[in-house]
Amino acid sequence: MSTATKQLDSFLDREYSAGFVTELESDSVPKGLSEDTIRLISARKGEPQFMLDWRLEAYRRWLTMTPPRWAQVQFPPIDFQDIVYYSAPKQMRDGPKSLDEVDPELLRTYEKLGVPLHERARLAGVAVDAVFDSVSVATTFKKQLGEHGVIFCSFSEAVKEHPDLVRKYLGTVVPQGDNFYAALNSAVFSDGSFVFIPKGVRCPMELSTYFRINARDTGQFERTLIIAEEGASVSYLEGCTAPMRDENQLHAAVVELVALDDAKIKYSTVQNWYPGDKDGKGGIYNFVTKRGDCRGPRSHISWTQVETGSAITWKYPSVILRGDDSVGEFYSVALSNHRQQADTGTKMIHIGRNTRSTIIAKGISAGHGSNAFRGLVRITPKAVGARNYTQCDSLLIGDKCAAHTFPTIEVRHPSARVEHEATTSRIGEDQLFYAMQRGLSAEDAVSMIVNGFCKEVFKELPMEFAVEAQNLLGVSLEGSVG
Amino acid sequence: MLTISDLKASVDGKQILRGLNLEVKAGEVHAIMGPNGSGKSTLAQVLAGRESFSVDGGSVTWDGRDLLALATEERAREGLFLAFQYPVEIPGVSNAYFLKAAVNAVRRHRGLPELDAMDFLAKVKAEMKAVGMKEEFLYRAVNEGFSGGEKKRNEVLQMALLEPKLAILDETDSGLDIDALRVVADGVNRLRSPDRSMIVITHYQRLLDYIVPDHVHVLAQGRIARSGGPDLARELEERGYAWIVGDDQGAARGAAPAAGNRA
Repeated sequence: MSTATKQLDSFLDREYSAGFVTELESDSVPKGLSEDTIRLISARKGEPQFMLDWRLEAYRRWLTMTPPRWAQVQFPPIDFQDIVYYSAPKQMRDGPKSLDEVDPELLRTYEKLGVPLHERARLAGVAVDAVFDSVSVATTFKKQLGEHGVIFCSFSEAVKEHPDLVRKYLGTVVPQGDNFYAALNSAVFSDGSFVFIPKGVRCPMELSTYFRINARDTGQFERTLIIAEEGASVSYLEGCTAPMRDENQLHAAVVELVALDDAKIKYSTVQNWYPGDKDGKGGIYNFVTKRGDCRGPRSHISWTQVETGSAITWKYPSVILRGDDSVGEFYSVALSNHRQQADTGTKMIHIGRNTRSTIIAKGISAGHGSNAFRGLVRITPKAVGARNYTQCDSLLIGDKCAAHTFPTIEVRHPSARVEHEATTSRIGEDQLFYAMQRGLSAEDAVSMIVNGFCKEVFKELPMEFAVEAQNLLGVSLEGSVG
Repeated sequence: MLTISDLKASVDGKQILRGLNLEVKAGEVHAIMGPNGSGKSTLAQVLAGRESFSVDGGSVTWDGRDLLALATEERAREGLFLAFQYPVEIPGVSNAYFLKAAVNAVRRHRGLPELDAMDFLAKVKAEMKAVGMKEEFLYRAVNEGFSGGEKKRNEVLQMALLEPKLAILDETDSGLDIDALRVVADGVNRLRSPDRSMIVITHYQRLLDYIVPDHVHVLAQGRIARSGGPDLARELEERGYAWIVGDDQGAARGAAPAAGNRA
């Protein structure tokens, strides 16, 4: 093996830094799933009847469904009776009244992850909802946001405090029976974030949720709902990590976004779930349904994701372009190293007139990783003047990895303009040699090349996330000049 | 001072350099000429440390040290610069970023403070002017979409910024029109100095009208077949390579007695 390849390997083999376990007593329901489990979860959370009914309806749908098999990923069948569906730190049972009541061990966990929850320690301008296993432990800046009429709280709290809003919007973008994992989530979802931006309000700070899986054998099923009323706008970020464990853990989330007339929602994700070890042992199964509904005219929904973690990623953040002149965007970097498998992409469903969508997807495969882009662009018969631009690039590092592209384009209106570009390249020995001949180390050279490859996506991320994303990819920050 | 003794190297199992000897003193400019396939580019790549070439024998001593024991980037930081025959494109990475990273990697190694953005820009802009490059090239991706001449100017720019002790120019003249050639040659001539050695590899004598070498060597079948002064280049221009290369072993042996017989 050449030195450059060796250095490349050690660069790609860096330790997963968020892999520690927090020792906490937790309050978990027994393994297994039945109507009783769901009643138990709902009761634990003190939910109103409508919520329980909705869960049970979803569960009954789920029982009739089978897991999807079409993705370019391989894993043994999941035993859904061998999962703990609800686990909360014991102290959280009654819900913390304020940050001062939160277990210091929990606060330390988030500090270690670089997400301090004390408002004075936070970077100004970012409010955080911290979700630990099945519950939200704290939400910061609620009061300041409340002054603008913005609601930012855990989903459990929203169910209790804002039941009308929840009833009005829940399941209207991702219905209970949308797919196998969405149905499972609808039945057992435990917590997540709820965001409501009233008419005409620009959310005064970035909102973010930090998801942490800690307990063993536990699945995380969070649900996030974001509503931007007429003319409102918000930028929302999510981050995710989990301890290193030899068993696979399931994360099946649902995210629904609703943008009314002239509203804008920007949703960014840096996903760093534990990816499993070198040989593919352990890691999170990240089976997620994310969808945005551009419900009103001129509304705008933008997804940006940097996916570096998870053993398996199955995720297609999509936009339904219902309102005339609405805009949907999807910017993605997906890295699969070692034995990681990613099948990810997007759907853009054009229904309104003059709707526009952009898809920029960058897949990086290294080690034995497999990376698939799966995209659907559908122009329905009413979507006069719809436009889509898709660019899908794959970068291969080494010769044991794989990249696949599965684009589907359905055009039912003659005025549509749809463009698709795709490239596959390999980090060339010639590029590495060129950079190293100028004095750069192999590690810096790879970082620089990967960073260059991802540039179009990174520039869509809010600044502090861009830094985190680049660090995650082991990329030194570019742009101090030029 | 660079001393190459009996250097043998191969690529993909095919032997290219077959016992090459060469000595380059500080401040000297050596031209290496020769027909296609004689091993000119291989010599450049081996000296710079490209891993796809394997060194099968011989030694290279550079300022008293074993050059071949140094990693590619160490050679670069110590002051070995290769101007590529085919400069590589790096999409998405701005030329400014790349140049600054390279300059600072070398400066760190030499114990100099790193240049900040302002100092770097001032320096790079002055050098760009000298090689006739527009400022916009700072903000474009490294070599991406550059014409042949622009790529070569970019190489000369990097050479000027990195201030090497040993510069190897691998067919920097190929694909250049006469104006571009003159600019590149001017750039090189400006860098000539008593403590900087240069090896100029070229297929044609033309470049040597502008960069006048101290010594000219003809490479044939992986060995120096003949050495001389600038006159040798002109002689080659008139007579071609056949009289040295084709003719035979006799001429080759006469010029390079240290070279062993080919297997």
